[in-house]
Amino acid sequence: MEYFLQQLINGITLGSIYGLIAIGYTMVYGIIGMINFAHGDIFMVGSFIALIMIIALGLTAGSAIAVVILSLLLVLVLAMVLTSAWGWSVERIAYRPLRGSFRLAPLITAIGMSIILQNFVQIAQGARVKPLQPIITGGYTVMDSNGFAVQVSNIQILIIMTTVILMVAFSLLISRTSLGRAQRACEQDRRMASLLGIDVDRTISLTFVMGAALAAVAGLMYLLYYGVIDFFIGFVAGVKAFTAAVLGGIGSLPGAMLGGLLLGLIETFWSGYFSVEYKDVAAFSILAIVLIFLPSGLLGRPEVEKV
Amino acid sequence: MTRWTKDPVLTVEHLTMRFGGLVAVNDLTFQAGRGDITALIGPNGAGKTTVFNCITGFYKPTEGRLTARHADGRTYLLERMPDHAISGEAKVARTFQNIRLFGGMTLLENLMVAQHGPLMRASLFGIGGLFGIGSYRRAERAAIDKARYWLDRVGLLARADDPAADLPYGAQRRLEIARAMCTGPELLCLDEPAAGLNPRESAELNELLLYIRREQATSLLLIEHDMSVVMEISDHVVVLDYGVKISDGEPEAVRNDPKVIAAYLGVDDDEVEAVEHEVEEVEREVAR
Amino acid sequence: MAARTEHSVAASFKDAAIAAVIALALFGPLVGLRTEVTTGGLFLSQRWGDVAIAVAVVFVGRLLLNVFVFKTDRPATNLFSGMKLSAGALARIGPVFGPLMLGLALTLPFILLYGAPSQSRYYIDLGILVLTYVMLGWGLNIVVGMAGLLDLGYVAFYAVGAYSYALLAINFGWSFWLCLPLAGVLAGLWGITLGFPVLRLRGDYLAIVTLAFGEIIRIVLLNWYEFTGGPNGLNNIPRPSFFGLEFDRSPEGFAATFGLEFAAIHRIIFLYYLILALALLTAFVTVRVRRLPVGRAWEALREDEIACRSLGINTTTTKLTAFAMGAMFGGFAGSFFATRQGFISPESFTFIESAVILAIVVLGGLGSQIGVVIAAIVLIGGFEIFRDFAEYRMLVFGLAMVLIMVWRPRGLISTRKPTIALGKAKAIGGELVGEGRG
Repeated sequence: MEYFLQQLINGITLGSIYGLIAIGYTMVYGIIGMINFAHGDIFMVGSFIALIMIIALGLTAGSAIAVVILSLLLVLVLAMVLTSAWGWSVERIAYRPLRGSFRLAPLITAIGMSIILQNFVQIAQGARVKPLQPIITGGYTVMDSNGFAVQVSNIQILIIMTTVILMVAFSLLISRTSLGRAQRACEQDRRMASLLGIDVDRTISLTFVMGAALAAVAGLMYLLYYGVIDFFIGFVAGVKAFTAAVLGGIGSLPGAMLGGLLLGLIETFWSGYFSVEYKDVAAFSILAIVLIFLPSGLLGRPEVEKV
Repeated sequence: MTRWTKDPVLTVEHLTMRFGGLVAVNDLTFQAGRGDITALIGPNGAGKTTVFNCITGFYKPTEGRLTARHADGRTYLLERMPDHAISGEAKVARTFQNIRLFGGMTLLENLMVAQHGPLMRASLFGIGGLFGIGSYRRAERAAIDKARYWLDRVGLLARADDPAADLPYGAQRRLEIARAMCTGPELLCLDEPAAGLNPRESAELNELLLYIRREQATSLLLIEHDMSVVMEISDHVVVLDYGVKISDGEPEAVRNDPKVIAAYLGVDDDEVEAVEHEVEEVEREVAR
Repeated sequence: MAARTEHSVAASFKDAAIAAVIALALFGPLVGLRTEVTTGGLFLSQRWGDVAIAVAVVFVGRLLLNVFVFKTDRPATNLFSGMKLSAGALARIGPVFGPLMLGLALTLPFILLYGAPSQSRYYIDLGILVLTYVMLGWGLNIVVGMAGLLDLGYVAFYAVGAYSYALLAINFGWSFWLCLPLAGVLAGLWGITLGFPVLRLRGDYLAIVTLAFGEIIRIVLLNWYEFTGGPNGLNNIPRPSFFGLEFDRSPEGFAATFGLEFAAIHRIIFLYYLILALALLTAFVTVRVRRLPVGRAWEALREDEIACRSLGINTTTTKLTAFAMGAMFGGFAGSFFATRQGFISPESFTFIESAVILAIVVLGGLGSQIGVVIAAIVLIGGFEIFRDFAEYRMLVFGLAMVLIMVWRPRGLISTRKPTIALGKAKAIGGELVGEGRG
């Protein structure tokens, strides 16, 4: 039971990170119907920017608690802004010229962009893994029995809290603001939206910016949680997050979050009870099984075949 | 006992199709006679295309039985067959309301794809064809001849090697019919074949449909919402409204059915009753 | 007009300045501050000079583009319009280009041996590499280009072929010529097994599931130590023989039998012709099958799946045949890879391989055999040219992918040739050809 609880906490933490990245995939897919393969690498860029900012600010575990909080907020905002610039640029360079053309073309440029980002960071920052000393330490023991203590660390609380706050803010943004409305309009019918005076290019750009900002948050969380990053983390995280988005039903924001959580839980429990080596196999197999029985994911709108 | 109940090519019994809470077709029963042009008409949203999709296997009906009967007496239960077998074995072909051609393939290729089944068997499922066996070459020649015949029929032989997407709208409609005919159907289902055609194209279409009925062993079932088109060529008309059959009979009888008139004009039920009452009175007067 | 030009220059500067600011935001932190790992933890080294260069390059580049292309009435690119490869021109050179390439491919080893003996080994090796990708491209083209099914895990079948050959040859000592067809059949069976449950998925769902399968196979290969050797891979995979004659110094060897002096290059040349023959087999079968009903059904499936179903085509089996056939050729290529390298490990079968093969197919032009050849030469050959800049070559590779795609979204050769014609077959413009949703 204790072991189960511990795995649950770990799984939710991991799932939160996946969910934040998955939202970027699902939003872009919703609005322009393409797999933004470079999104995982945007997440990686975000975590690198966060790392650079943390070192630049000289943040360590020894700093006073107020300093840590303020600095982390600053790092978060800076990383979100700078990563957004990357997200925007990728869309501007590699996807916008191909708007309305062949479906596979932006997929290939996305893969190209993913290769570019990985190798750019590898050249600019070096190929070695970057270990960061833990900044947020400590935690609480939730339960202690038979010598097995169930722990929730502060960083886990931080990650889950941040994710919840962002999810709420984000849902409000999509459902209440004119930007959200424009986005939903573009999802439905891009040409009609533009006829009604919506700046479609701007809306799509903003979608990429928002996705990148959330990826930057996930990047910072990943950095703080695992304490080690390299230029290749984007690929695995990206594939997992995309899997999460599809699992939840691509195009659906709650679906992305649900998919992320499920994927995080599946991985953690599989690692905890069976084998660490095959956790990805478990995650991918469950994806395949879900899709076979629910072809549009858990929360996706079923695609009605128009004959 | 009417003509179509004696030798039906298609029998629809108690067909019901629900989408969630929406009942698109409710307990529909009708028959289409062999050698007839049967028209399924009704206002927009009456469930006509849904009936078609059930007949051709694109939807699985919620309830009901759909039987195709060939001239040789063999019967096929369509609701139990996968869509490709409905065309391949039960020989029920169809066209689509939004024309579905293989746009990037030539006209000839479109018609060759329609003869997939026989050509596959002749090529021993590809293996024999790979080595160019004689039976496949003969089958391919026959298929080309058949395609050429139908292209000529629909007046598109000169454009045989052009991509289908390049054709004007009316020609695309005719090509789609030719493609369906290349499958050698016992029953051909046409989904709004006259939609979007100008009067001349419409007349050509009627001629083509009459030709198919006259010269080929193919019966026709067509959907229309424009009654005037239907009345000219149909032998038998079934009228749907809100998924329910409201009239069934010879065109002349259906044309004068007050329920049909009401459905098309969109009048209230009590008004229909009033009209019915009037009609009865007129009939009584005429009788007197 | 004059007024507009003036306005354009000012606008050009403004636009370039904005681009420079964005470049500063992009490159400032990531290039300007480099994280260095030391024993005392991480610290930052500063390289603002590089940032300045990068920003200047962006500014000048954007300015030049603005002045000469984007914000002018006479874009400089018009000068090249005469050189632009029109669909018609490509269709015209097609019939000449194909045989020319074939002739070159057939004679290449001898041209190299006599033309540049010292470099010949390197270039023949490069030829082998390019041909391997051509073959993989042609194999994937069946799935993506003809049937319109997006497969992001093609490398799985390449891996199955390679491991099948290696395991059969190592454990049972069977010869290459016996293992090759077996490996192909095994890969094809895997294609059917994996394809059967998922081929009814549409579009990007299929893409992600194929990607997942590719990863699953790689992870299994990586972790199943007893069987696959795990990350260490499989060593000492038997080399192919020339119909029983080994390429060695023994009196029964290839060189001795033909009265030649033993040379290591014999094996390389043999491998070259082996992969050439395999690739040509792929092309031959594909071209033949395209004209058969099953091939036409693949293309029809790409154009409109619903119409196919209404014409009596069983879409599931039709997709499966495409998937299985693509997988089989991937398996052939895999066993060739194994026998050529003599060593395989899961590292050779990562997602990036699938991506590169897919890029070759899409850049070449979906469904175009010649296009795949050109794209493979450009991408793989170009990649080799940059080998002196090892650090930058993947970066350039990615850039090339993006630029070619933006330049020609439908690939280098996008026209489609009809499979049958009453009169003279006319090429069909790429814009009419469907791209598949599956």
